[in-house]
Amino acid sequence: MRLFREFIKGLWRENPTFRMMLGLCPTLAVSTSVSNGLGMGIAATFVLTGSSLMVSLVRKVIPDKVRIPCFIVIIATFVTITDLFIKAFTPALGRSLGIYIPLIVVNCIVLGRAEAFASKRGPFESMIDAIGMGIGFTLALMLISAIREAAGSGSIAGIYFSKSFEAPLFMVLAPGALLTIGVLIGFMNYIFIKKKER
Amino acid sequence: MNGMSAYLTIFISTVFVNNFILSRFLGLCPFIGVSKQIKPALSMGIAVTFVTTMAALITWPIYNFILIPYGLEYLRTIVFILVIASFVQFVEIVIQKKTPSLYKAFGIYLALITTNCAVLGVTVLNTDTFFVSGAAVAGSFIKSVVQGFGAGAGFTLAMILMAGIRERLEFADVPGCFKDIPITFIVASLMSLAFLGFSGFKI
Repeated sequence: MRLFREFIKGLWRENPTFRMMLGLCPTLAVSTSVSNGLGMGIAATFVLTGSSLMVSLVRKVIPDKVRIPCFIVIIATFVTITDLFIKAFTPALGRSLGIYIPLIVVNCIVLGRAEAFASKRGPFESMIDAIGMGIGFTLALMLISAIREAAGSGSIAGIYFSKSFEAPLFMVLAPGALLTIGVLIGFMNYIFIKKKER
Repeated sequence: MNGMSAYLTIFISTVFVNNFILSRFLGLCPFIGVSKQIKPALSMGIAVTFVTTMAALITWPIYNFILIPYGLEYLRTIVFILVIASFVQFVEIVIQKKTPSLYKAFGIYLALITTNCAVLGVTVLNTDTFFVSGAAVAGSFIKSVVQGFGAGAGFTLAMILMAGIRERLEFADVPGCFKDIPITFIVASLMSLAFLGFSGFKI
């Protein structure tokens, strides 16, 4: 039950994107289409899970003073694995995600979970937490990219729903991303405020 | 295009057309976090500009003279993040010892910069754009440094503009759930829309 709670908290109550505002750079940059969003989400979830597991395993060996550089090296290793894997097996996705794959290293979600959770808990718990956070991040990414893709290019996951719909291009460009996340965070705040009042 | 005009083109395009915050979303965390007032925003901007320029200056020789000759390009991410982290730490220690007054003004910002994606972003971008199939293009070193400086300058510009708007936004009547962060994103979206106009530039 407790493990389940660790898993579920990343999805909604402590959602990394909407509640904690972590890892916003890749979220906004790659959410132009659902397939990009999904690819980025899976890549980040893999890095998050792998590095949380590793950090948790070596947490007692690493001296406290040099823990952040150690965490960063562990994270960077998993990012490099992901980067090479994506370039080798899905080159098209690699091209559209571009520099945002190496930038998973400085994604605050990964270092944040390593520091706040994995460095204090056991390996299994840390993995569950990481998977929950990763799925929460992926869902948030897909929600944002679905909105942007639907509004900006008139399709969802590459399927066009109407020929006569003239999409406002700015939704798939930079301003659309900022507008979407701003409105979504505002909306989430509204839900949480209403919940508290009750 | 060569010489000065090429460097100028890179500078202008990184500051305005491909502004790091408003079109590439690099360095969003400090952009949202530290842009409440103009003074800290400016300090953050200067600190970031210094670090991006120096990071570009340091990582280029490492990539060109160590990673490429030994065929270790795939270690780029790990090497760059370590170099940046230790460089930032080093600068922090030097400033703290030599000029405590400067440390008081910039210290906390420096610590935050290690995990600022703009810094790693600019170094990765440099190796992506100024190295073609494993070899440096002409003037690649200076171009990298110019792009590093331009990234910082663009960051500072966006920070100051945002801080100026947010200082007035304090007095605006914003609906409760949109206060603070959501409205900042919406303002940033409008700014980004304005910056989109620069992409029509023919340089």
